[in-house]
Amino acid sequence: MSFFIEVLLGGLLSGVMYTMVAIGFVLIYKASGVFNFAQGAMVLFAALTFVSLTERGFAFPLAFIATLAAMLLLALAIERIVLRPLVNAPPLSLFLATLGLAYILEGLAQTLWGTQVHGLDIGVSDAPISAAGVSVSRFDLFAAGTAATLVATLALFFRLTRSGVALRAVADDPLAAIAVGIDLRRLLALVWGVAGVVALVAGLLWGARVGVQFSLSLVVLKALPVLIIGGFSSIPGAIVGGLIVGASEKLAEVYAGPWVNGGIETWFPYFIALAFLLVRPAGLFGERSVQRV
Amino acid sequence: MTTALLDVQNVSLAFDGILALDDVSFRVARGEVCALIGPNGAGKSSMLNVVSGLYTANAGDVLFEGERLTGVGELARRGIARTFQNIALFRGMTVLENVALGTDFRGRASFFEQALRIGRAPREERRMREEAAVVMDLLDIASHRTDVVGRLPYGLQKRVELARALVPRPKMLLLDEPMAGMTVHEKRDMCGYLLGAHEKLGTTVVLIEHDLGVVMDLSDHVIVLDYGKKLADGTPDHVRADPAVIEAYVGSFAT
Amino acid sequence: MRIEATPWSEPNTSTPPPRTSLFARASGRAVVRIALAAGGTGLLLVLPLLVDDYVLSAVLVPLLALSLAGIGQNFVTGYAGQLSVGSAAFMSVGAFAAYDLHLHLHGTPLLVSLAFGGVSAAAAGALFGLPSLRIRGFYLVASTLAAQFFVEWLFTKVGWFSGNSASGVITAPPLSIATVDLSSPGGHYWLSLLVVAPLTAAAYNLARGRIGRAWMAVRDMETAAAVVGVRTGQAKLLAFAIGSFYCGVAGGLWAFAYLGTVEPHGFDLDRSFQILFIVIVGGLGSIAGSFLGAAFIVLFPIFLDQLATFVMGGSVDPGVLQNIDKIIFGGLVIALLAKQPAGLARLIEIAWLRARRWTLRSA
Repeated sequence: MSFFIEVLLGGLLSGVMYTMVAIGFVLIYKASGVFNFAQGAMVLFAALTFVSLTERGFAFPLAFIATLAAMLLLALAIERIVLRPLVNAPPLSLFLATLGLAYILEGLAQTLWGTQVHGLDIGVSDAPISAAGVSVSRFDLFAAGTAATLVATLALFFRLTRSGVALRAVADDPLAAIAVGIDLRRLLALVWGVAGVVALVAGLLWGARVGVQFSLSLVVLKALPVLIIGGFSSIPGAIVGGLIVGASEKLAEVYAGPWVNGGIETWFPYFIALAFLLVRPAGLFGERSVQRV
Repeated sequence: MTTALLDVQNVSLAFDGILALDDVSFRVARGEVCALIGPNGAGKSSMLNVVSGLYTANAGDVLFEGERLTGVGELARRGIARTFQNIALFRGMTVLENVALGTDFRGRASFFEQALRIGRAPREERRMREEAAVVMDLLDIASHRTDVVGRLPYGLQKRVELARALVPRPKMLLLDEPMAGMTVHEKRDMCGYLLGAHEKLGTTVVLIEHDLGVVMDLSDHVIVLDYGKKLADGTPDHVRADPAVIEAYVGSFAT
Repeated sequence: MRIEATPWSEPNTSTPPPRTSLFARASGRAVVRIALAAGGTGLLLVLPLLVDDYVLSAVLVPLLALSLAGIGQNFVTGYAGQLSVGSAAFMSVGAFAAYDLHLHLHGTPLLVSLAFGGVSAAAAGALFGLPSLRIRGFYLVASTLAAQFFVEWLFTKVGWFSGNSASGVITAPPLSIATVDLSSPGGHYWLSLLVVAPLTAAAYNLARGRIGRAWMAVRDMETAAAVVGVRTGQAKLLAFAIGSFYCGVAGGLWAFAYLGTVEPHGFDLDRSFQILFIVIVGGLGSIAGSFLGAAFIVLFPIFLDQLATFVMGGSVDPGVLQNIDKIIFGGLVIALLAKQPAGLARLIEIAWLRARRWTLRSA
């Protein structure tokens, strides 16, 4: 029983990290109406930049700030170079543009900083903590804690501040939002900037966990089942979705994995998401879209 | 007494508490031109959407030729075609392709036959082109056959949509504001097309229309809706003189 | 207002209407396609006699295979408007099914194996296409993404598909049809041509016919499609099935005629994106576009390589080149999406129409 709880806990903690990554997607989806496939590449870019700076002797806080600045610049560049020319394009085009963007970022990151795997140490060890007969990795707890804090901060920020309200307005009806005077460009810059920050934190946490390497961007793709389950434009949805995905994939891997030689985690969350969609085609918290004739 | 072609029985429709249609009943006889009129928001489009299966009524039934209409999918097969207020054309396709879709539902050739252009496929394509050619000539859109519909002017698009509805020679035509946004000349032409189809094919026409002049000249039967309720139901002259109808249109300050 | 009924005439069935022959159609788009097809046919057949083996093996064969996959993707996403990011998975199914049939039923003709691969892929495609009946829009990616990861995992973990080979590497069988040996680069090319040409003609017929119209109707306005009697569910499933068939055959060609090996990691998510890029760059809803897109994808790295060598004077580190490749490619995709969302096919069509108008004016 305690083993089950350990696995479940590990999964839930994992899930919190997925949620954090998913929030980056949610913010951009609310503001720009697009699934930003480049989020994964942004995470990789952030992690690589940070690691390369620290390897060259920059202290942790300095490297952090420098990377943060780079991410903000990147966000602004993306908004100007990718989103503005495509402002009226159909959703498929936008999605494919973010795909193109992902390619650019990956190529850029690896050109600037090289293709080897880097280890990333953020000063928290992986040693287990035991309580009530259940042991959990210290790192997992720290990561989950950081992620949870970030998620909570963002959730509150967007619910309580003017920008948050503006974002909800834009997500609801961009034209109406502009009509009441909301500065769309500034809001987009803000949202993409925040997404960049999320990418940075995610990059650091995930990078420390699995190493900073190319496959980091694939890890981030896991956010998609999270978003599907929780709905693309809902922060509470991302939280619930993240927990469900994290827990179920861990449980499946541990309990069903040995029968089939492992590797279930790579596809299991997508089938979970698919199952949810068949029951609720708009996600748990998403809005149903009505096709008007 | 012949059974009505279209029999709407006590239909009610509510959206989130707002009653769009309130216990509406009427019958449309075979071969007549029936106009559905009323102020904005009266429920006319909703009524048409219920008949064509796009909305599910909360109460009541819709019978076509005596049998219940159960949904969008069976409209074409049962001989019902319609147009939409906001033009529901397939913007990425040409005029010919749009019109072709009007009769495509009758196609029997399998995808295999279509891929190899064997069997029933060439015959059906040829038949489609012939029937489409007739309708496109009638509506004066033949010269635009290969134009992509999304790039055509409004009036032309309206005619293409009508062509698509007419090409299967439907028993009943449901038109949602077929003349909206047209000039006087275009309207006259459109009326000509509609009457032509009506007389030659015996198509029953149910149309929503705001231009009362058109309504009075064109229709045999007028139904007036207001706030989801049926106000009047009869010949154009009868309805025109009905005080309740006058009040609904002009308000209680009628002189 | 006096209204005169417009006389409605019967179709004139005594004299049949003039047959709009392929060559008589005036549309610029059609003329572009005819010209490309006709001009190329004779040339295509004698190509192996004109170009060297490198061009055959490294350019033409993959180009043909990828074009076929592009056509399949186009059916699903370009024509029917259903988002699919799992083309590589269906290619994989096609490759493995073809290989396994050949392995367990010795003497199966090559074309039959490839066809079997296609049919297997079609079945898989229809299965993963089922959710499209209930899920619309972007969320549908969940299904093909699931297919992508699941298929890759299945063929990696379950050894039976790879013939339980100890090394995990499967070599494709030597290619021959009847008694004609096709194992040379020229032979590989002719095999690809033999497979791709008729399938392209069939694709063209499908796109022009009733099913193509049904697909586009579903894409443009599904509700209206239902109103005119299109069986939308059937149309979507057919798109997935037929599209996946094409991907499956393409996968077989890719493995047998191009790589010479059958391995699951060659059909990963990157490959799916590559196929998606092919149809975007080439033009959604354009058969010719699939070829243009594939040509772009295949030739671009080669072109860049030659350019870099020329500019840098020596050879350039392949890793760096690959990354620069990615950056420029991504940039081109974004630029194309912004400037000409209908892809290269439309760009060429516009250029062709301009050229025609110019020549007519000066005549």
